Amino acid sequence: MFSVFRDLVRYNIEFTIGLVLVGIMVVFAGLSFFAPMDPSLIYMAPPDQPPSTQYWFGTNSRGQEMFWQLSAAFKNSLQFGITVAILSRIISITVGLAAGYIGGWVDRVLMFVNDIFVAVPIFPILVLFYFVLRNNMDSFTMALILACFGWPFDARLIRSVALGLKHREFTRHAVFAGMSTRKVLVEEHLPYVMPIVFATFMNNMLWSIGMEVTLAVLGFTNINNPTIGTVLYWANSHSAMVVGVWWWLVIPVILIVMTFLGLFLLAMSMNEYIDPRSRLRRMGA
Amino acid sequence: MTTLLDVRNVSKRFTMGGIFGRKTIDAVMDASFSLSAENPEIFTIIGESGSGKTTLARMILGLEDPSSGDILFRGEKVDRHAGRAQRLKFMSHVQPVFQNPFEAFNPLKQIERYLESTARRFLDTSDKSVIDKAMDDALHKVGLSLKEVRGRFPHEMSGGQLQRCAIARALIPNPPLLIADEPVSMVDASLRMSIVNLLKSLRDDLKVSVIYITHDLATAYYISNRIIIMQRGRIVEMGDARTVLENPEHPYSRLLKASVLSTDDAGAGKLGTDPTMLDQANNSVGQSGQLIQRPDGRHVRVYA
Amino acid sequence: MTQDKTEILKVEALKAYYQMNYFGVRREVRAVDDITVTMRRNEVYGIAGESSSGKTSFIKVLAAAIRPPLRVIEGTVKYEFKNGPIDVAHASPAQIEAVRWKHLSYIMQGSMSVLNPVRRIGKTFQDFAQRPLGLKGEAFEERVVNHLARLKLPPDVLKAYPHELSGGMRQRVTIGLATVCHPEFIIADEPTTALDVVVQKEVLSLIRDIQKEMGASVVFVTHDMSVHANVADRVGIIYAGRLVEEGPTRDMFFAPKHPYTAHLVASLPRIGDTQQRPALDGRPPNLADPPQGCRFHPRCPLAVDKCRKEVPPMEVVGPDHRTACWRWKDVEPLVNVSAPAGVMA
Repeated sequence: MFSVFRDLVRYNIEFTIGLVLVGIMVVFAGLSFFAPMDPSLIYMAPPDQPPSTQYWFGTNSRGQEMFWQLSAAFKNSLQFGITVAILSRIISITVGLAAGYIGGWVDRVLMFVNDIFVAVPIFPILVLFYFVLRNNMDSFTMALILACFGWPFDARLIRSVALGLKHREFTRHAVFAGMSTRKVLVEEHLPYVMPIVFATFMNNMLWSIGMEVTLAVLGFTNINNPTIGTVLYWANSHSAMVVGVWWWLVIPVILIVMTFLGLFLLAMSMNEYIDPRSRLRRMGA
Repeated sequence: MTTLLDVRNVSKRFTMGGIFGRKTIDAVMDASFSLSAENPEIFTIIGESGSGKTTLARMILGLEDPSSGDILFRGEKVDRHAGRAQRLKFMSHVQPVFQNPFEAFNPLKQIERYLESTARRFLDTSDKSVIDKAMDDALHKVGLSLKEVRGRFPHEMSGGQLQRCAIARALIPNPPLLIADEPVSMVDASLRMSIVNLLKSLRDDLKVSVIYITHDLATAYYISNRIIIMQRGRIVEMGDARTVLENPEHPYSRLLKASVLSTDDAGAGKLGTDPTMLDQANNSVGQSGQLIQRPDGRHVRVYA
Repeated sequence: MTQDKTEILKVEALKAYYQMNYFGVRREVRAVDDITVTMRRNEVYGIAGESSSGKTSFIKVLAAAIRPPLRVIEGTVKYEFKNGPIDVAHASPAQIEAVRWKHLSYIMQGSMSVLNPVRRIGKTFQDFAQRPLGLKGEAFEERVVNHLARLKLPPDVLKAYPHELSGGMRQRVTIGLATVCHPEFIIADEPTTALDVVVQKEVLSLIRDIQKEMGASVVFVTHDMSVHANVADRVGIIYAGRLVEEGPTRDMFFAPKHPYTAHLVASLPRIGDTQQRPALDGRPPNLADPPQGCRFHPRCPLAVDKCRKEVPPMEVVGPDHRTACWRWKDVEPLVNVSAPAGVMA
């Protein structure tokens, strides 16, 4: 495992850069566990202070120190993104592999459900959920809801790979070796599907964080919970750019770009590494 | 005499296309033969592409349903849609060896996984030492050993070795019947004979019956007991291998024998095929005729 | 058979390796390791060798299809075409483009799938042959139809899609594609492997006829020795990236001078055989890590100490017949094959 890491760092510059960026963000988010104060409290510090040695990222108009605000915000958002991505990967892998391999009416039913979810507009549904749940809508509930919408496209992708694998001869051998369907799917076919899973994992994270930001900026989430979106919401509602408190907007945006760039580079370089074709070439096939 | 496998008037028709322009292909038409359980034999099916031999093999393995007719293994009908327990029971008695040794194993995983799974499932045990012994025994039967194969990936072995591993895997449940679909056509010429000799020893030493599907007349002559020749879905000649191959009667059988390239005239470049032979063989396509038995024991399809 | 002794291809000390550097894993596969061979006009030269012998890589170099990770390390591949000499191992893409299809064409392995499934045959002919022939419209079509008639293909084949034709017809179309510009040198890589016995014989006889008619040279690559016996004028055996024996077909089959050739010939089964044919132990060597000395020594029944240490050079052992074996004088055909009169045993 360690040698894999070392190989990647040494030979793939994208992986190194991605790792560095994501590493910085994770450490930054992790610092929120050591925050001296609860980030949802306001007027704990003098408002509208520009970045200085005392307040590294300055303070906002609500009297909160930006450093700790953003730290908590990134922790919550990354947690949120990862939760959505993992949950929706589980659903899409299960649906995709099962539909592709088993075929027949199972395939038809699953794809029917899949297409419904694709067709349904997500945004109005999310707003609807907000209005129904109001303050009961915490991060985890929203993650669950988004996970239920984030799987269809990827399930179809995975299904197409599974369809191809079904007709390869080693699948037939596996069946005659007595392997159950579950074993064939998980042990034989999953490695071929992993590159897609990886790429779409990152994609999914970015999409879900983006969704959350959209909702938050419009005020449709619990705005007292610090996330990237709510930080932007408050910045907007206090007209930060107009007033001149530029650090309230610019610094989060820079950090967001760093995070997304890092995740993207990481995904792309890892993807190339775990792709079965490149693995075969490295093994010497 | 107990029958091992009974193929009774089996036909398979494929329909393609939608509501308009339906096309039907009769892959196999009225094929019948049976193998006995007492005398293990190598039963060869010879045919070209489009002859229906692979479809017939798939039906025997239970991967396709016959459109009409029955296939009975030890008296029980071979059913594609049978429950898992029944299918597993069938698979412990009938195992396949397919054509492409390089695709027989998952290129990303180690070879022994399939052998292990076969042992685990069909010998009904999770005891590691029992499984290892079963794998080792099977590998010894094909001239390899567990020590050589352990930890290896498919690309590290030659086509011949991979095919032997595939045969070893098929032997683990001690099946009385093996279906080998063109097992040597993708193996190098110099490794081919060792696999063919292996099939021979399976019959002679291990008493396993083999249905050997091929288009190579020479290896068929060498190891088969009985042989059937298929042309476009129909059996055109059937009987004892040596009798049929030394003196083929049906025009198609004669064409096949004449088309085999020999090395006797190496360098002379004799490549012409007798055009009357070609015509006669082509004329028999599409006509159903009838299989009649000759005094020397063979069955030939004759046309009115 | 009388042969034109002038040379059309001269390969000298060719070395072509696959060099791969992937995530720090360095691999060098020595696919072609020092091959020297000449081919003449108006002959069929058979190349025999098994999988992982390096013959496919050798063919790629001959066909000027050299792409990374395959690289020519040393040596030259010189053709003498009517429009001038060219060393395809070192020529520029423009020069190669000028000879491709017009002077040098190929029928590749799996050629039946070389036909674009969504394009009609006629269009495929246009794609390949229009520019080299320099003809357009009606003149082009006439030329193609005449050529197809030689291959016993009717003109309406041009309007068909590949899947509408049988395997044998598709193969004839691919042969037609490769020969329509009347090239001087044709490379055929396992053109009949996927075909049935009956169709194979027809297609082989077709290739032979076309070759004689056009006076072209054909390099015929296949592992099937019985095909070589009936098609090739001379045969060269490649083992583990090296040429181990070369000679006229008759001599190769009835009086081989290399243990590997003897084995290849002897292992061919025939109808009427009841005796066990000899099988060779072991497997072809890994080209990334080949054995020292003679590469065949781990599997050779005649191997001695010298074979393990020193690489045997190519020696002339008869008219047009050379072999690379320290003990060629001791090589006997493995099965008693009766040699017809007039062959040097």
